[in-house]
Amino acid sequence: MNADSPAPAFDLDPLDAPLTSQPEPPLRPAPPDTVNFAQAPDAQGRFGNYGGRYVSETLIHALDQLEQIYAQLKNDPAFRAEMERDLTHYVGRPSPLYLAEHLTAQTGGAKIYLKREDLLHTGAHKINNTIGQALLARHTGKRRVIAETGAGQHGVATATIAARLGLECVVYMGAEDVRRQAANVYRMQLLGATVVPVTAGSRTLKDALNEALRDWVSNVDSTFYIIGTAAGPHPYPQLVRDFQSVIGREARAQCLEREGRLPDALLACVGGGSNAIGFFHPFLSDADVDLIGVEAGGLGLTTGQHAAPLSAGKPGVLHGNKTYLMADADGQISATHSVSAGLDYPGVGPEHAWLKDLGRVDYVAVTDDEALAAFRQLSRVEGIIPALESSHALAYATRMAADMDPQKILLVNLSGRGDKDMDTVRSIDGLATPTIPTEQP
Amino acid sequence: MNRIDQTLANLAEQGRKALVAYVVAGDPDLDTTVPLLHDLVAAGTDIIELGVAFSDPSAEGPIIQRAHERALANRVGLRQIFAMLTEFRRTDPHTPVVLMGYANPIEWLGLDAFAAAAAEAGADGALTVDLPPEEAAPLDHALRTHGLHNVFLLAPTTSPPRLHRIAQMASGFLYYVSLKGVTGAATLDIAAVEARLAAIRAASRLPVCVGFGIKDAESARAVARLADGVVIGSALVERLAQADSPEQGRAAVRRFLAEIRTALDS
Repeated sequence: MNADSPAPAFDLDPLDAPLTSQPEPPLRPAPPDTVNFAQAPDAQGRFGNYGGRYVSETLIHALDQLEQIYAQLKNDPAFRAEMERDLTHYVGRPSPLYLAEHLTAQTGGAKIYLKREDLLHTGAHKINNTIGQALLARHTGKRRVIAETGAGQHGVATATIAARLGLECVVYMGAEDVRRQAANVYRMQLLGATVVPVTAGSRTLKDALNEALRDWVSNVDSTFYIIGTAAGPHPYPQLVRDFQSVIGREARAQCLEREGRLPDALLACVGGGSNAIGFFHPFLSDADVDLIGVEAGGLGLTTGQHAAPLSAGKPGVLHGNKTYLMADADGQISATHSVSAGLDYPGVGPEHAWLKDLGRVDYVAVTDDEALAAFRQLSRVEGIIPALESSHALAYATRMAADMDPQKILLVNLSGRGDKDMDTVRSIDGLATPTIPTEQP
Repeated sequence: MNRIDQTLANLAEQGRKALVAYVVAGDPDLDTTVPLLHDLVAAGTDIIELGVAFSDPSAEGPIIQRAHERALANRVGLRQIFAMLTEFRRTDPHTPVVLMGYANPIEWLGLDAFAAAAAEAGADGALTVDLPPEEAAPLDHALRTHGLHNVFLLAPTTSPPRLHRIAQMASGFLYYVSLKGVTGAATLDIAAVEARLAAIRAASRLPVCVGFGIKDAESARAVARLADGVVIGSALVERLAQADSPEQGRAAVRRFLAEIRTALDS
């Protein structure tokens, strides 16, 4: 993209490779300087060795259909115009790039900018993707949409757009998350969605995804599955990345406008990885821009109580794609832990797995406590209450910035606002405060 | 000759239909599995599908999901399953066994290590629910190297070009999933199955077994008129789950399968 042109709200990249069979990808990806990031995934939906389409036969037809409709519409002027209109007037794009002067001063190093996705309608980046997928759903003629949700942000974003387009909406949510995120459950219900608590397995996001897949396989003719993260079977990782890339395109143009140059580093939290891939993707070919994905370190990587598959997992197959996973010695998927429900997932989008192996993105982990400290700090010094998810990226950014020259520039994706986390943080504070009386057994 | 081919050829020669029975290894407990497999055979099962439990069995309905959860609570993994199979083979060298499960436990162990150990333990094939032909080539290669069949699913939504592609890759038999849904779902539409089977037969000479939605002697008989075999899964697993003890569960499974066998042979 030309540095001086405004960032378009929708990707103008040409179509991906045609749907003809291609030779198997090489076992090891090429080194980064020869990688054409815009060409991934390939026709099989592969990012290097990752991605693909690991689903039961019944769903292949629906995925083929989705791939065709997206290929048709992604360059269709009317579709793009509708998408841009919605992103501008309904979602509130572009989101500001805010120089966090007080945080920068307190940190004492590189300048820290925040990409304010928290200011979007529904309070997080998730809406960028649900708008896009819901418009695709409408073009398929399917009148029923389903979604999985962890913290509830993707469920709320899906329920929101379903309400606006008059689509029936069913959201699967782990029973444990229903309990942790009661306010979001009520928001979805107010928006007219049916929230189905999932009691199987660990009763969290991964189980909600399983249940959504079961619904989809049973109602595949009438139902469009709106996946919330850049994972799942092809073409979902690509779709979600493309819809979320508006974040990075805007940030790139805004940084050039404000600073006259590209940033030195970008930071984003990584659960499934949709905000991070959308933020990073327009910068992948800018070799001088460091990209840092921050995973949920939970109680610490050595405890096993975390949700950091890129930092501490290995490649496997889950939810339709090959990627880094957390699993036990038998390959059974592990229960994860994070203070933030939105990062509490044992897998990660396949493009991140590829970018890790290529060395293009560094993946690190931040503990619950570090994220909570960053959450409190930003609230106090900037008057911005961040989502606990985004607080992971903030925590690592302040740590990094402190050791950097003040001329350096860091961009942090503030992917969501923290209103949804009030109950979580309040209960942590309550437990930590001795003045609050406790019930005697 | 692979036991699956031998068994299906014998049945075809006799004009009989294959009874394929699915249970989850380690459900209801580790000690019951091997005697249960012998029970299946004694009650007339021709091919065993031995379920490999997975933490995220996204193609299963609630009955088989719970069986996977019980098996995992009993700490069953591929290593334990290979040991069970080895023990089963000591007294049953003939009945074909297909390992049915999901990709990740196999990926975690390594494709070739899996195929080698499965062959060594006496398995005859594998059916991996989340490995459609696009993703199956590496495992397919490992299985063939060790003389095992790769059994593929066909669905009501499988397009004619895919049907031909799958038919080319598959060996042993084809497993037609008779409805759009998860295991143990609603009753099947025999007329729709008949139409689809005609298309499958035109694309492949492999025997075709039909599963999903077969829950009693009547539905088994109706499907057996069209297919080369019927697969019974949730109906067996549910009988094991509802019994007061593993022994009573085994007895219920034997009674039920004997009814199905009679229906198939009548």
